[in-house]
Amino acid sequence: MYVAVKGGEAAIENAHSLLADRRRGDRAVPALRLDQIVEQLALGVDRIMAEGSLYDRELAGLALKQSRGDMIEAIFLVRAYRTTLPRFGYTRPLDTAAMAIDRRVSATYKDLPGGQLLGPTFDYTHRLLDPALAGDELAKAPAQREADPAPMPRVSDLLGDEGLIEADGAVPAGKPVADITREPLEFPLERDARLQALARGDEGFLLALAYSTQRGYARTHPVVGEIRIGEAELELDVPELDFPVPLGTIRVTECQMVNQFKGSAKVPPQFTRGYGLVFGQSERKAMAMALCDRALRASEFGEDIVAPAQDEEFVISHADNVQATGFVEHLKLPHYVDFQAELDLVRRMRTEFESGLGEDERREAAE
Amino acid sequence: MHGNRTGAKPESEMRRQMMAVLAHAPSSRLAGLWRDAGFDVAAEPVRGPETGLVTVRGRIGGGGAAFNVGEATVTRATVRLASGEVGHSYALGRDQDKARIAATIDALWQKPELRPRLEDLILSPLRLERDVNAARRAAEVAATKVDFFTMVRGED
Amino acid sequence: MQTTAVIQGGFRSPVFDSQAVFRAVMDAMARPGSRRRVATLTAPPAPMSPLAGAVTLALCDHDTPVWLDRQLSTPLVREWLGFHSGAAVTPIATEAHFAFAAAADELVALESFAQGSQEYPDRSTTIVLQVESFDAGVPLTLAGPGIERAATIAPSPMPRHFIAQWRQNHARFPRGVDLVLVSRDEVACLPRTTRIEAA
Repeated sequence: MYVAVKGGEAAIENAHSLLADRRRGDRAVPALRLDQIVEQLALGVDRIMAEGSLYDRELAGLALKQSRGDMIEAIFLVRAYRTTLPRFGYTRPLDTAAMAIDRRVSATYKDLPGGQLLGPTFDYTHRLLDPALAGDELAKAPAQREADPAPMPRVSDLLGDEGLIEADGAVPAGKPVADITREPLEFPLERDARLQALARGDEGFLLALAYSTQRGYARTHPVVGEIRIGEAELELDVPELDFPVPLGTIRVTECQMVNQFKGSAKVPPQFTRGYGLVFGQSERKAMAMALCDRALRASEFGEDIVAPAQDEEFVISHADNVQATGFVEHLKLPHYVDFQAELDLVRRMRTEFESGLGEDERREAAE
Repeated sequence: MHGNRTGAKPESEMRRQMMAVLAHAPSSRLAGLWRDAGFDVAAEPVRGPETGLVTVRGRIGGGGAAFNVGEATVTRATVRLASGEVGHSYALGRDQDKARIAATIDALWQKPELRPRLEDLILSPLRLERDVNAARRAAEVAATKVDFFTMVRGED
Repeated sequence: MQTTAVIQGGFRSPVFDSQAVFRAVMDAMARPGSRRRVATLTAPPAPMSPLAGAVTLALCDHDTPVWLDRQLSTPLVREWLGFHSGAAVTPIATEAHFAFAAAADELVALESFAQGSQEYPDRSTTIVLQVESFDAGVPLTLAGPGIERAATIAPSPMPRHFIAQWRQNHARFPRGVDLVLVSRDEVACLPRTTRIEAA
């Protein structure tokens, strides 16, 4: 039996205008401007860009406003928008060693070239709510100090010189780069496809998995080799120009996680690494990504796959919050017919159960 | 494969640097400088301005094989001057006015006699402001640099 | 590079022009053998025809590698395609999402192009052939989905042993290639589901 259900159009229309009203809230309160969101809720905007997988601050700000602050709804809006645009190409790989640094710390080296730059961090704050921020307190201009113009090499390059740490790996010529937005996932994945999926993966999900590895579900003995946040230049090769055309800069967060590795008969002992690279300023996400990246390399290092964080199909299939929300939230859509069929089935089973129960009771009585 | 930077011709390297200045320019500032410069030019649109995506690539481990990080919006334009020069522009974001102005400047820049004026009125102010801004940011970050000192503990 | 021929001749109104061409190709594909008239919207470098050029700009982009036959594979055509559509030209027929041929009668065998897989039959090459006429060739009587009784079309020139090649292509279903034929001002299609009836 197929039962078509129509109706609800007026209800839907009115629900949308009610949504618009509630979104605006009290009209006596000034409406948020997008520049206010972009400037003052910058890390929320960054998260939408990272998980929406689209670098565009204004669009992310608009999405946050439209979604009433619901991050996953905002990410969904951005993902939907990006499908409407043509693709001009793939940029040249950005060079994180050359970025204009806003923050750079290492937990492995105290005195590294370029030094430890704390940048605009929440670390070392006391996590006490600041009543002054309830008003429009003028923030005082930050202190300045002469900057060291010397380059800031990546920590992985410093350790790499001694061969004590795994190298970045070969750059295979001519090997196509996986693109999960073009080709459906086929497990097992190469590391490039996994990193793309992790870069857009849900921060909360990856954080929980990363935490699980620290609590013993696939121990990797991690320590932060380096976190750097800053602006990296983008360049694009286009057919009409015989040089890579500069596009401007984007802010990214990079995490180099250093992990222990015992070595084997074939490989001398050296540290292994996990890698995280995320749009915007988001070191929690970059660290979680790096921990998951390392855990997912278990089979590459001959480690036993015993924990969820090492299970590629589990991690990658469930990391995307737009997919996850779609499947979970579809449960609230009409399932009237399915449910009627199940209801019939349960009634029938119930009848059989009750008549069967009668038989058992009679049998018991007879014994 | 075209255009690795070291092997680029000086002319195309100059053009690349000029296009970088335009790509980095804040939209309203570029529009203001362009208006004030008062170039009398009719540029025919050939393509765009149009907004699309580029897929941003990083490298595994920072220096290894490439992987796709995500996408970014880019707006581009191509214009042609009556005298035949074709100008292109590409920049992150969705500002179509900026793309059109930058493509027109790229076309004008190909007339050597106009370069000094473009440099004085548009390019060098933009470059200077960007440098000042970058220096200020770097100095602010440098002020958060940790100066370690060692505490001597115990008896000597 | 940067010659006028390369940057000129794209759609004047990219959104509406590509929609119009897409619509014509879609309708022609839905009704195999029917002819759809399309205005002249592009001016690609010779020997690519304006209508073939319009089809490239409507269907091809950065993510669709394009194969060109020997006649079309000129620097000007490649650069024009690159500038206006973003599509890269591949010399490997099995990697092409679209193939364009100016000399249909010299085309390599249809089976040399991507045929798709059983799981993803859509990953096959769509071949666009420039023909001179839809009336001057051997009449083909067509049947299959999208054709109520029979349709007839007589395109010329066509690939060698076309009827035999098409029979094999049809037999590979769900794999196989689809053909888009463009004359000076009309487009007609032969999807892989279409049979050519014995005359």
